[in-house]
Amino acid sequence: MAGCITTSNLSAFFGDVRAIEGVNIEIPANKITALIGPSGCGKSTFLRCLNRMHELVPGARSTGEVVWDGKDIYAPDMDATEVRRGIGMVFQKPNPFPLMSIADNVSAGLRLAGMTRNKAFISETVERSLKMAALWDEVKNKLDKPGGSLSGGQQQRLCIARALAVEPDIILMDEPCSALDPASTQKIEDTMEQLKQKYTIVIVTHNMQQAGRVSDFTGFMLTQETGEPGRLVEYGPTSKIFTMPDRKETENYITGRFG
Amino acid sequence: MISTLHRQRRNFISNAAYLFCALSAVIALIPLILILAYVILQGASALSIEFLTQLPKPVGETGGGMGNAIVGSLMLIGIASVLGLPIGVLAGTFLAEYRSPRLSWTVRLLADILSGVPSIIVGVFVYTLLVLTIGHFSALAGGVALAILMLPTVARTTEEMLRMVPDSLREASLALGISRWRTIVSIVIKTAGGGIMTGIMLALARIAGETAPLLFTALGSRTWPTGIDKPVASLPVQIYQYAISPYADWHAQAWAGSLVLVLMVLILSVGSKLYFGRKMRSVR
Repeated sequence: MAGCITTSNLSAFFGDVRAIEGVNIEIPANKITALIGPSGCGKSTFLRCLNRMHELVPGARSTGEVVWDGKDIYAPDMDATEVRRGIGMVFQKPNPFPLMSIADNVSAGLRLAGMTRNKAFISETVERSLKMAALWDEVKNKLDKPGGSLSGGQQQRLCIARALAVEPDIILMDEPCSALDPASTQKIEDTMEQLKQKYTIVIVTHNMQQAGRVSDFTGFMLTQETGEPGRLVEYGPTSKIFTMPDRKETENYITGRFG
Repeated sequence: MISTLHRQRRNFISNAAYLFCALSAVIALIPLILILAYVILQGASALSIEFLTQLPKPVGETGGGMGNAIVGSLMLIGIASVLGLPIGVLAGTFLAEYRSPRLSWTVRLLADILSGVPSIIVGVFVYTLLVLTIGHFSALAGGVALAILMLPTVARTTEEMLRMVPDSLREASLALGISRWRTIVSIVIKTAGGGIMTGIMLALARIAGETAPLLFTALGSRTWPTGIDKPVASLPVQIYQYAISPYADWHAQAWAGSLVLVLMVLILSVGSKLYFGRKMRSVR
């Protein structure tokens, strides 16, 4: 099944500072995997290593392996653009393209990455993606309105639709609900539940309840001491992590004793 | 009691400061208003269809106009745009998007120095570079001089406008598998387009009035422009020549020319601010 991703001994750096160290994880296809942990433990950095977004920060680099369906995404003959097309991303703050209409936002990847010019195919994809992101009914009569005219929650679902339109295998979500109200959060979580039929989802979240609600697997990341790199402390089925974690740190974090 | 006195004193100083600032702001506006009023007053009487469309008449004959100078100015601005805008916009793009620390620092410094070089020096430079080597004055030489003058402004404005585009949009685009260059062109430059256009218009308005660099590059002419390799008339140079002449009707025509030039500059700067400024606000 397409869409699994494995890292071995993955470390990431900002200049000389090591942000994460030695992360080994096997993320299964068609499941939702949550990454939790206190602020600054490197969850987002780890996530951004999975589709080569990390290296866009000046001075940032990573070592170790990230294997996506058998291919090392950091191999010399791997094109970062290809990787990002197959492993999409939804960001913390909704970031629709301000000058584009709702429809153009959704089809931006298709059009600008030169994947197709076929108008019928584009409008079909726009509709399908918006439906999958559970936004179609709310916007179908105003597809030519600017994306920025939507509410925050709608904008985030627009960004999800935009990521879906290029047909990735995997969708990385970096705290997608942290800027949203509870009702919008609920809608996004419902959407994720639908999406996992077709996609692998990796979500970074600050919200433990959210991790517990939506995910099948959970990884707990932690920085042991300030200045130390973040490590993956424990990883397993969500039910186990939340009820009987192996590690004391995990239990402390889950039960709200710190973080 | 002391506290009341103290408060009165404090309020007085505060009010006085406000008054002085407001007064200075008004004083700063007075030259512009006076210039506009004076140019309109003096120039409007000599302004006519004939002035805008006809060639200058020989000394002693009345009538005639600065049609050739208007066309010549537009031609020079055109040449300068063709040469200067692509390089300026791309240089600004380089500075903002390809953050190569050392080269960017150097380019930025040189651009700032270039924008401080007196325009007559640029004229002398182009005179040696083009006029002397080709052997005669030309519109091309004038256009090159103006292009050099607009380069730093265009590059730095482009850079600043591109920097105002939030990184989150670049990331959104790259994360869709859109290439770097496509992201820059279709997302970043497009988003900053209004601001870049405003900067370009202001740069054009700036060079439209340049006189010194044209004196020994485009020179001037009393006929219609015939080609970019020939000397060409321009409004500022024509105004200069007419203003220092001893003839009263030439003086009147110089005023009319000034009015046309001021209107061109006003339309460029005010128009672009109104039009593109509104577009830019909708982005943020």
